[in-house]
This record gives sequence, structure tokens and C-alpha cells, in this order.
Amino acid sequence: MHVHFLDPYRPLVSPIHALDGRVKFVLTVAFILTVSLTPYGAWPVYLLLLSLMISVEILSGLGVGFVLRRANLALPFVLAALPLVFTTPGRELARLPIGPWTLVATVEGMLHFINVALKSWLSVQAAIVLASSTPFPDLLLAMRAVRIPRLLVAMFGLMWRYLFVLADEGLRLMRARASRSGHARRVDGEARRARAGGSLGWRARVTGGMAGSLFLRAIERSDRIYVAMLSRGYDGEVRSFALPPLSLRAQSTLWIGLSVLGILWLTGLLAWG
Amino acid sequence: MFLHPEPMHIPDGFLSTIVAIVFWAISIAAVAFALRRTGKQLGERQVPLMGVLAAAIFAGQMLNFSVTGGTSGHLLGAAIATILVGPWPAVIVMTTVVSIQALIFQDGGLLALGANLFNMAIVGVAVAYFAYTSLRRMLRSEPWGLLVSGFVAAWASIFIAALAAALELAVSGTSPANVAVPSMGGIHALIGIGEGLITVGALAFLYATRRDLFSAQPAGAKGGAAVWAFGLGIALLLAVLSPLASAHPDGLEWVAEQKGFLEAARGPLFRLIPDYVFPGVSNETLATILAGILGTLLVFGVALGVAYLRRNRKAAA
Repeated sequence: MHVHFLDPYRPLVSPIHALDGRVKFVLTVAFILTVSLTPYGAWPVYLLLLSLMISVEILSGLGVGFVLRRANLALPFVLAALPLVFTTPGRELARLPIGPWTLVATVEGMLHFINVALKSWLSVQAAIVLASSTPFPDLLLAMRAVRIPRLLVAMFGLMWRYLFVLADEGLRLMRARASRSGHARRVDGEARRARAGGSLGWRARVTGGMAGSLFLRAIERSDRIYVAMLSRGYDGEVRSFALPPLSLRAQSTLWIGLSVLGILWLTGLLAWG
Repeated sequence: MFLHPEPMHIPDGFLSTIVAIVFWAISIAAVAFALRRTGKQLGERQVPLMGVLAAAIFAGQMLNFSVTGGTSGHLLGAAIATILVGPWPAVIVMTTVVSIQALIFQDGGLLALGANLFNMAIVGVAVAYFAYTSLRRMLRSEPWGLLVSGFVAAWASIFIAALAAALELAVSGTSPANVAVPSMGGIHALIGIGEGLITVGALAFLYATRRDLFSAQPAGAKGGAAVWAFGLGIALLLAVLSPLASAHPDGLEWVAEQKGFLEAARGPLFRLIPDYVFPGVSNETLATILAGILGTLLVFGVALGVAYLRRNRKAAA
């Protein structure tokens, strides 16, 4: 198994790692909800939320740098909100002449854009801390605890278990393609860009064949898995252990966390709503 | 390599809370219905098949081919899942894929997951099912009917799902409809071609090696008519609504404004720092800067405090 780097979980010893996965799951969703409900312009509330997030990142031992680097991955989507800078009416900030048109950036538009980007940035950090500090089985437990249907949770578990196996299959397919499709070197004097394989249609067909091959292997593997499950007493019912009780400490963390987020939400609502 | 950001997955912060919650409600209802349907109509064999298929779609997303200028075509998978296992199990498979992408890989937000599930697992599957079964029936006598239907189903599922995402952004007031619809639609009309080509290649391969997989047509699935009608309806609705919204962005803005108006009408009950200006400082610019510095100091103070406490604890342990 070569793709264990896929798993974002970082095994460390910290109070955040030690916290019950169910509490973390609920608090993360509550945090993202609070960020979403914080009204436009409530900058002090955003600052408090950011300090809360950074404190958690430091406490978790993951480090602020680690989380922020991963948070960059969600950055390109910010482009979708960029037009806000130019379409929101308000005080003029700058003019951008593009050909025959002139785009007028406004202060209000800029603030709206920053508001959206900030919300997105805070939320993705919370999700990263959850995924990096909680092992996947604990997340499954948390999903069962919030009453996500058992069949769906079983599906998540099965998918996670075989994801690594099938990712390995995928890597093998890619290696096979790389070793067979003759990576053409650029010939001196030839202006055309060198690329592996033939025409676009050829490359698409080969990739399609690889995808088909991957699906075929998956289907055949699922047959073997089914037979193995049958021989171990599977009868179509997904069974799971009873949920362990929440410790007093986890319960108090949950309620304290929820009240802090509730206070932040109320502050934003009352002062800027 | 799994982490190429997908322009289809909406992150948190881009949807207004109301839009996010409405789509959560729709998606929960649809997925719950699909779960009931799958539980009733399919054998126990289907459970491992769906789980492994979801993993295959996830892993299949790393199989890409370069198109041009640094862009690459790769698989999203709603169409091929629909063709292989039928509409209801495909909803479950895509729900699994999209949820794990959001939860573990931050590809799409958690609060926005309801909307992302709606776009990719529900609209994507329904549109693919509608396009595939209709074309298959029309081209029954043609040997290439499978490939053409597969291509159209894959392309349409991507394109219509992108339009749905664009309209969700527009209704949230995050991206004006006359920008979001053409850009999301345009990009995904191209991405859809890549998806279509890979889907066709995969179908051709599977048809050559395991023809039996296609003998049990999903067309025969119970409740297929409802999915077909929903696919047709949502495709028509979005295809008509998007150009309209894009031509008259005021309509959607009006919706957003009504909502914003309601929020504004409540009015601020009291203000901690009136007009973002520091009390007691008359110069507005100076006061704004002061507030900014104070805020930054606050964040750093908290961070330093936590770091200090943690170090002490570590030293003691």
C-alpha cells in the first residue's frame, strides 16, 4: 500500500486529538454554521472566530502553518466571488479599463469580497483540523451518533477501506500507461510541444480504457468481498457496536464549545444583524 | 494528486445560510428516499458493490489526461455510476464520494455539502439517467448507441450540475448570475467533454469484456420513470432558467435583496463599535487603523497565550 499519504490524519498527542470524535464533529459543524451566520461587516466577531480557530490549531499540535498551507487548496474558488468587487454599488475605489469597457471597483464590493473569502477561509480551517486530528473510524462513530442512516455510514466505511486498495490499482494503471505510451522527447528544431502518446482522441481513449479497467477490477473485487463477507456470517444486515457513552469531560467540552459559539453568534446578530 | 481543486465543489462561505439549509433539506429527503429504495429493491450483494464502486470513482479521478494548456480531463463519475448500477444506487454511490471529499479532503464545504450533493449526486445522476435511457431507447438498433448515449449522459450531467451550482451562487448573492452562469457553464461544457470521452472509453472497454453488466438495464429499475421525469424536468428548468437569470440578473438579485432586506429590517439592536469607528477618536481613518491594530493584537495575543500554555504543559509532562 503506497498511498497512505492520502489519509489526512496526523497521529499526534494533543488535547484536540484526545477529544471525543463526536464532540469534535458537532463542534466543527457548529463553528462553520456560526461563521456562516455571522453577518456582513461584523469584523470583530470574525477576529474572535479566527483567534478561536488559531488557538485550536496550536493546541492540536498540527501548527498554524500546516493548516494554512492545506487551506490554500480551497483558494481558487474565491475567483467565483471576484465579480462582487465590481458589481456592488458604492464608493469608487479604482477603475480598470479593459478594452472598450471600464470596470469600477468599489469599497463596498471589496469588503463584500473579503467577507466571503474570510468565511470560506475560516470554515475550511475548521474542516482541516477535524480531518487531521480525528481517525476515520472515530468520524464514522460520530456520524452514527448524529443519526446518519446506518447503511450510508457502512458505505462510507467500505469506501474508505477499499479506497487505498483501488488507489493502488489506479497508480499501477498509470505506471503501465507511462511505461507503454512512449514519452516523445522534443526533437531539436521542432517547435511542437512534446507530450506523451498520440492525439487527444487517443489519449482520451486510453484513459477511458484505464477507467473501465479500474471499474472492472472494482466490480470483480466486490464479488470476492461479498463472498468473503458471506462466509463470515453476513446476512444483508449491517451491524455495529453500541456507541460508547460520552465522558463527563467530553460532555462539558461540548456544552462549553456550543455556548461560546452561541455567544459569538448572538453578538454578531445583535450588534451587526 | 487527488487534490486538484474541482470548480464544481462549492466551499463553505459561498452560499448564504438559508440557501445552504434549503439544499440540505432537499438532499436529505432525496438521499433518504434513495436509501429506502435501494434497501428494498436490491439484494445484500449490492452493499459491497456500492462501497467499492464509490472507491473506484474516487480513485478514478486521478486518471487524467492532458488536454491543453495545463488543463486536464478527468472523471467525476455520476454518469458511469448511473449506467452501471442504476439511478437509486448511483445516488448512494455519489453521495458517498461527495461526502468523503468534503469531510476528509475539504473538496467542497460541510455546510455547502447539501447543495453539492444536490448538484452532483441528485441532479447529476437524474440528468445522466434521463439522457442515457432516452437515447438508448432511440438508438436501440444502432451498435454505437451505447457510446453516444454514454457520452451525452456524461456531458449533460456535468453541464447541468454546473448550471445548478452557478444558480445557487447567484441566489446566495455571491456571484452575479450574468457572470456565474456563463463562466461555470462554459468551463463545464469543456470539462464535460473530457468526462464524456473517458466515460465512452470506459463503457467501450466494459462492453467488450463484460457484456453481462449491460444486460440488466437500469431502464428496468423500479421508480425509473420518476427519476427520468425528474431528470428531464431539472434539465429543462435549468436550461431555461439559467439564460433567463443571466439575461436578467436583477430577478435573482431581487430575491437576494428581499432576503437581505428582511435581515436589514431587523436593524442593529446596539453597536459595540459604532460605524466601525473607535469611540473617542474623531479621525475616521485613524480610528479604523486603530481598530485593525487592536484586532490583530488580540488574535496574536490569544495565539501566543495558547502556545505558551501548551509549552508549559509539555515541559511539565
